[in-house]
Amino acid sequence: MLLYLVRRVLYAIPIALAVGLVCFMLVQIAPGDPINAIVPADAPQEVVEQVRRDYGLDKPLPIQFGLWISRVVQGDLGRSLATGRPVTADLVSAIGNTLMLALVAAGIGFVMGSILGTIAAVFRGSLLDKAAVGFAAAGVSIPHYWLGMVLVVLFSVTLNWLPAMGAGPGGSGSWAWDWEHVKFLILPAVTLSVIPMGIITRTVRGVVMELLNQDFVTTLRGKGLRRGGIALHVVKNAAPSVLAVMGLQLGYLMGGSILVETVFSWPGTGFLLNSAIFQRDLPVLQGTILVLAIFFVVLNLAVDLIQTALDPRIRRA
Amino acid sequence: MSTTIASPPAAIAVPQPAPSRSRGYWQGVARRLSRDPVTLFFGAILLLMALAILFAPLLAPHDPYQTSMIRRLRPIWFQDGRYPLGTDELGRDMLTRLLHGGRLSWFLGITPVLIAFAIGGTLGVIAGFAGGWVNMMIMRTTDVFYAFPSVLLAVAISGALGPGISNAMLSLTLVFIPQIIRVAESTTTSVRNLDYVESARASGAGALTIVRVHVLPNVLGPIFVYATSLISVSMILASGLSFLGLGTKPPEPEWGLMLNTLRTAIYTQPFIAMLPGLCIFATSMCFNMVSDGLRSAMDVRA
Repeated sequence: MLLYLVRRVLYAIPIALAVGLVCFMLVQIAPGDPINAIVPADAPQEVVEQVRRDYGLDKPLPIQFGLWISRVVQGDLGRSLATGRPVTADLVSAIGNTLMLALVAAGIGFVMGSILGTIAAVFRGSLLDKAAVGFAAAGVSIPHYWLGMVLVVLFSVTLNWLPAMGAGPGGSGSWAWDWEHVKFLILPAVTLSVIPMGIITRTVRGVVMELLNQDFVTTLRGKGLRRGGIALHVVKNAAPSVLAVMGLQLGYLMGGSILVETVFSWPGTGFLLNSAIFQRDLPVLQGTILVLAIFFVVLNLAVDLIQTALDPRIRRA
Repeated sequence: MSTTIASPPAAIAVPQPAPSRSRGYWQGVARRLSRDPVTLFFGAILLLMALAILFAPLLAPHDPYQTSMIRRLRPIWFQDGRYPLGTDELGRDMLTRLLHGGRLSWFLGITPVLIAFAIGGTLGVIAGFAGGWVNMMIMRTTDVFYAFPSVLLAVAISGALGPGISNAMLSLTLVFIPQIIRVAESTTTSVRNLDYVESARASGAGALTIVRVHVLPNVLGPIFVYATSLISVSMILASGLSFLGLGTKPPEPEWGLMLNTLRTAIYTQPFIAMLPGLCIFATSMCFNMVSDGLRSAMDVRA
């Protein structure tokens, strides 16, 4: 077990480095001189040359990559071209907002998906099953940025129940878990939750269906166990694979919330990315993507380790 | 006696059961599809949509670029049906824009998957069939791209390259290649170890022959089904990039971009503002359902 753990963690390091390389290359593939990603385009020539030397941009690419990585590891992601603030400072609050949104959305998706999937599996082939499967298909096919707009039209414009954008009254100040703030979270979270809901429904339906057909369930029934008892055994066996899917979904939500955050002006990483794209603010773009991707790598690692701890059968070399 | 000695080698080396067996297989697929009303229904809608956008210049009642300051955001069935779906924020006919917009949206959604199918399929089959360090190189590289959530990777590449149709398609292709490689590699690996490939190798068939005769016919189906399931995602992502301003540029009609520019209209003409998204949803849903139907008709697992 310990050996597996060490191996798995060690394997994540080259992946993280390669992810860093991809993010480093983003600035290289961008049209124009990479120096424009550090100093504004209208900076005087002496300043440009000074920065070029300071950042080692006159050196070969591999050395530049090494210098960049060493700065990143120290928490220096450069400065925003638009605001001049360090990227790290803007990222900290944005990541918090995105994580909160993604966690709530994942929670809704997980609970709803598990319920729908279980119902579908237990009443296999029935109208309920078909409805759940259709709902799941719609959940993964719907453009969620559009769903967000539909919900805004319904609940903000027509019914006037919930706010259409922002993260709290009077701008994105301090967050609190009261109704005044939570009502800003509802629409974006529900919008974002439809994808994991669809995927979890499918996964749970498949897993539970397979489990219900297995011999040990028949044995349990033969032993006279009631529904509740059987459900306990099924949950225990289904949990590892469902949790693994859920963990990955959380990562996809973090990375994929850009569109929903744009629709709802939610002040998270997606909103940051969107404005970075709009203003061609490459340091912000690069830093945000790097942090989100590294988060995804760590999440993958955590999911693998938890899954192995829950179910030693799936331990792989 | 003498005839039996003369002929055997050629006769044994060319058994050729493949054509008749594969025809039987495809007949079975067609029969299963014809008994699947759900898939047929969604397939028919797809066909209708494809025809509508193909003949958009003939069907559309107006010019997609013709703006008008006095006809902005008019309701559905404006002027007794002269503008059946109303007008957009610049006074252009919505039905015309939706029909023309479908062309670019479908093109942007389908092309990256096709290119990724060709490139990813080739690389995956090579990785699966060659094994060893070739497999190692290709698969470890895909692992890196797998470390990015797909939306993030598409936004990252597109955002760095800047807006534009070709950049958006390039980034989507790069997103799908690793996913197709994985499926192609795993199906090829499982086929490679089957007895009939082993026996073909034992009877002296070269690598290219084995791939062409034994591997490709058995792996192309599953890879293709997987690729069709990506079209739905690709449509959503492509329109999403346009929605973020990274794909098509105005005034070009494209569903994602139309959805973006109509965002301001959700307070005045909410129904019209929702139409482009409804088109994306319908297309994506249909492709998803047809792909599911194909999957079960072709009996592809996973």
